[in-house]
Amino acid sequence: MTEVLAANRIPLENYADVVGAGEIEELRALAKPLRGRSIEMINSTAVGGGVAEILNRLVPLAEELDLNIRWDVMKGAEEFFDVTKSFHNALHGEPYQAQPRDFEVFLSYNEQNRATLPLDAEFMVIHDPQPAALIDARQPGSNHWVWRCHIDLSHPNRAVWDFLEKFVSHYDGAMFSSPEFSRQLSIAQYLFYPAIDPLSEKNCPLEQEFIQQVLQRYQIDPQRPILTQISRFDRLKDPVGVIRAYRIVKRYFDCQLVLAGGSASDDPEGALVLKDVLRAAEHDPDIKILELPAWAPREVNALQCASTIVIQKSLREGFGLTVSEALWKKKPVVASAVGGIPAQIIHKHTGLLAHSVEGTAYQIRFLLSHPEIAAKLGEHGHEHVKENFLITQKLKRYLALFLMLDRRP
Amino acid sequence: MNVSETPFDFVTASYLTRIGNQSAGTLAELLTGLEHCSDASIFHHTFQTLGTHHFLTEGFSNDFAQWTLSSTNRNDLAEQLATLDIRDYTSIAALRSDLCRVVRDFCAAQPQFASQSGLERFYFCESLEVTVHLGRSARNLDEFREGLQHLSHAGFYFHFISSRLRLQLQTNDFSHWLSASLGLRALADSINHIDVYTNTLDSARAKMLRLIDRERRKV
Repeated sequence: MTEVLAANRIPLENYADVVGAGEIEELRALAKPLRGRSIEMINSTAVGGGVAEILNRLVPLAEELDLNIRWDVMKGAEEFFDVTKSFHNALHGEPYQAQPRDFEVFLSYNEQNRATLPLDAEFMVIHDPQPAALIDARQPGSNHWVWRCHIDLSHPNRAVWDFLEKFVSHYDGAMFSSPEFSRQLSIAQYLFYPAIDPLSEKNCPLEQEFIQQVLQRYQIDPQRPILTQISRFDRLKDPVGVIRAYRIVKRYFDCQLVLAGGSASDDPEGALVLKDVLRAAEHDPDIKILELPAWAPREVNALQCASTIVIQKSLREGFGLTVSEALWKKKPVVASAVGGIPAQIIHKHTGLLAHSVEGTAYQIRFLLSHPEIAAKLGEHGHEHVKENFLITQKLKRYLALFLMLDRRP
Repeated sequence: MNVSETPFDFVTASYLTRIGNQSAGTLAELLTGLEHCSDASIFHHTFQTLGTHHFLTEGFSNDFAQWTLSSTNRNDLAEQLATLDIRDYTSIAALRSDLCRVVRDFCAAQPQFASQSGLERFYFCESLEVTVHLGRSARNLDEFREGLQHLSHAGFYFHFISSRLRLQLQTNDFSHWLSASLGLRALADSINHIDVYTNTLDSARAKMLRLIDRERRKV
């Protein structure tokens, strides 16, 4: 195990307090027939990004269940990651003119990695488009290969998807975060939700004193309602739309708005969006625009805990795990019905969905007027996350997948 | 205390959701989907969803009703779909037939709503079940109570809810064993009458444990 993974190790038994001893017993029972079986997870980055964050948690837990699991990161130079970033954006539907050279670069680095990575585990799990062409190393009938796609493929760039599909169709199955993201494929497609770790710094219970310190540091008044959106400064997260919704709410409630995201200093597009956000805020002292350090999980946790209502007014969304993070903290959430959000927000049961600025404002006003309903939504939201979006559930889904692949004739 | 020759083997199940190639944007398309989707899909959106959303004890019954309410805003149809009680069905074919009838009748009576687009699409999915034995079994009521107490949600759901389809009887694994193997018919009946729609899996289990304790005190 790498040092990073060792540092992230949380004993499986610790999760029993959160999910119940029966769930841990069940994980052990599911893992028993897979003991010692080899699994190789491959993605393109060891740190940063949701996939690495999940694998950092998942791999040590799988090891504890006596699975022979390894996590390898494919290697690539700047030209490869430039191409795959363009592919990523194109698959999300952004305009892109793919050049033959782009495909050559993609194939060349996949070929180099085929020569250096083991790729001989009984269960191969390939994450996202970057390493998708590693499948060409597969010997017929040798091992099981599945492709885990973490991005929204509902409106992909035709040329890029046609190119990728040739590789994807050779896998035994593909996993998507939402049915909406899937494609018409000849192989089986499964729903695999992303997950949060309830024991991580971003989601574990915090001392009230620390929460108060964070509020004080950012001059947020704990006595008045706090509306919060946690997301990077990105147009697709519609931070300006959130400010417009807040202004409507402000006519009726003396509330504050917190827009907190990672620093935009090394992201040219993020810096432009931040400028727009600052302009839209018009120096309103009740709008707090916070550029948090790249990795400030405890601060994010504290802001979510202190919030009266959490907002996720995205225009498009991958899965939007910040919604699950807020629900886990029993917060009422008002969010857009896009991407993976409707899986997390069952309208009127685990939160409220909205389709416009005005709709978002209306739902926020409704919850501020009915705190008992807000509390109930938060309670149900917490249970929904516990049942479906925790790391232990994700591990269970993987175990079920491996068992199913293994039992298939 | 009665001892059974046939032990109750505690099992747990994990479910993979397979994404189908069908989706619906209108009520008319929902009807087409209901008519043509697989049995595993009907199971997923009715039986399975009750397990994964067991904590919702008000107003949530199945995915079809929830989508009709939240996406098409047809409260009347949603209510009719929600009142179909999976405990009344021992076959998917019968459940499918009633789901289709309700949607078909509504579309015929109110054709103006049949082709109206919903806010979001409905995606037909399927549940694929993977079961494993937990290595725990019971031959008497004490052992049964012990096993029941430690069962995960998925295991409890498997024995208490999805078992109705497997048994093809108006009962569940627990009641079936208590009655057939321990001869405790009254206890079996009481357990079978616990309402899975108005209880969470935890509260249903708590009720079951209380009923078992009452039975144990009789001995």
